[in-house]
Amino acid sequence: DIDDVGHKYYLELELEDVLDKDRTVSCTAEVLYPLGSKTSAPDVQVTVQGELRSTEEADQEFYNQMRSLEKELEAENIPDSHGNIPPELEPIHLLAWVASGFLIWQNSTENTKFHLAQVKRVKQVKRSDEDLQFDYVLLLHEMVSQEVLPWEVTVLWHPQNGARVSQS
Amino acid sequence: IQLDFWLAPRGLGLPVDIRVPFPSLQAVKVHLEASGVSYSIMIEDVQALLDEEQMEMLRSSRQVPLDTDTFNYEAYHTIDEIYSFLDLLVAENPNLVSKLEIGRSTEDRPLYVLKFSTGGTNRPAIWIDTGIHSREWVTQASGVWFAKKIVQDHANNEGVASILETMDIFLEIVTNPDGFAFTHTKNRMWRKTRSKHSGSICVGVDPNRNWDAGFGDAGASGNPCTETYHGPYPNSEPEVKSIVDFVKSHGNIKAFISIHSYSQLLLYPYGYTETPAPDQQELDEVSAKAVAALSSLYGTKFKYGSIITTIYRASGSTVDWTYNQGIKYSFTFELRDTGRYGFLLPAKQIVPTAEETWLALKVIMEHTRDNLY
Repeated sequence: DIDDVGHKYYLELELEDVLDKDRTVSCTAEVLYPLGSKTSAPDVQVTVQGELRSTEEADQEFYNQMRSLEKELEAENIPDSHGNIPPELEPIHLLAWVASGFLIWQNSTENTKFHLAQVKRVKQVKRSDEDLQFDYVLLLHEMVSQEVLPWEVTVLWHPQNGARVSQS
Repeated sequence: IQLDFWLAPRGLGLPVDIRVPFPSLQAVKVHLEASGVSYSIMIEDVQALLDEEQMEMLRSSRQVPLDTDTFNYEAYHTIDEIYSFLDLLVAENPNLVSKLEIGRSTEDRPLYVLKFSTGGTNRPAIWIDTGIHSREWVTQASGVWFAKKIVQDHANNEGVASILETMDIFLEIVTNPDGFAFTHTKNRMWRKTRSKHSGSICVGVDPNRNWDAGFGDAGASGNPCTETYHGPYPNSEPEVKSIVDFVKSHGNIKAFISIHSYSQLLLYPYGYTETPAPDQQELDEVSAKAVAALSSLYGTKFKYGSIITTIYRASGSTVDWTYNQGIKYSFTFELRDTGRYGFLLPAKQIVPTAEETWLALKVIMEHTRDNLY
């Protein structure tokens, strides 16, 4: 408890690489939930102890593939009702996770627990600069209220510059 | 080199299509380039396409299975397919399994319960339900697997065969059929029933907030448009009332297990109050054993504890009511996963989920049998 400010949490976490189950990385974080105000995102400071796996080659391949598509990518329901994800949409799904992380951070309080339930829709948007742009409609599931609600979010991504997420 | 011509040479200036086995790829490319023959790659990986098509075929093969041995336990099914399965199972095992209709849903769908019994009259019984929240598809799918497993164990005189010597098992697989049908046709994320109560345009009541235990207290919503709406009064939902009536008239149910997903938790009462259940210690011990058994199969980690301390405050929930009725061994499961796929758990995880959960259920059932009250 920090008087007049909010509640601060000190966390020790272990990150598991979803694509390489044996790979884990430790990190520490400090999360400060502001008092009262419902519209302010918690303040988060993270320190990663160790290295994250390099994905340069796969990143570049994905980037080239998306840039060279004749028609902009459009897809719905990832995963589908049965939990399936077509292999070629895996990177799109992973990028959606990044976007959902941003949304969850922006909308979390000490009384919420969000997960990405499904990518309802994704549309690639052609850009004149070097970035890839994907406009997503994401379904987020909130555990306490059990609501599953759609959120619109835009992701800009570039192999060297990483992801930039903005809420539509 | 084993070249497989899909479009054979026809004449000068006409294209030729060749499937090239992977080991010959380099040799072919080198040869074409050295000869100045231009080529383009039409399909990079034929095997990948074949694999995909296989999956598609399996997924879309909605052929009616002729028996419960050819039924596909590794896929999600529609309500009609599950209801057919029930009849097949009964037909194949008339001396062990019977189908009871305990009521009808809001949209007039039958509410079916399978009874597994080797005889006796009103033996002490175990109740298991799945699919009370319709979007939790791995639960109905697991229920189907449990049904077959009980029959198999009995036939092989192993597993739960010994439990069936002195107890009956009741299994309701599609506890919320209206919701389940809705998840197949209109909204995969539908949770509640499909009832319309006057005064609101919104549809549905949360069947796990509609029971008469702390009904309407904190931990449920009075707003009909929310996912945890408790309904206008306890047991307003026929899906709930039918179970209440069944439990009361049976009078000899000794364990009650209600199955949900997701979060990987094993929970016992209470959800509506912080007051510990009188049997808290024993329930906690049983939970620890059950979770260890579950984990022994694939390493899946479960947490356990009372509803209110482990997940959240919830009022009007199923096992709070059953516990207050005197059914000591009242548990709720939250199956796989912990959020990676959530409700959309890939079908290939159905059987592993059912298998590991079954080990936990056996612990509870055996403890009940050995500690009858």
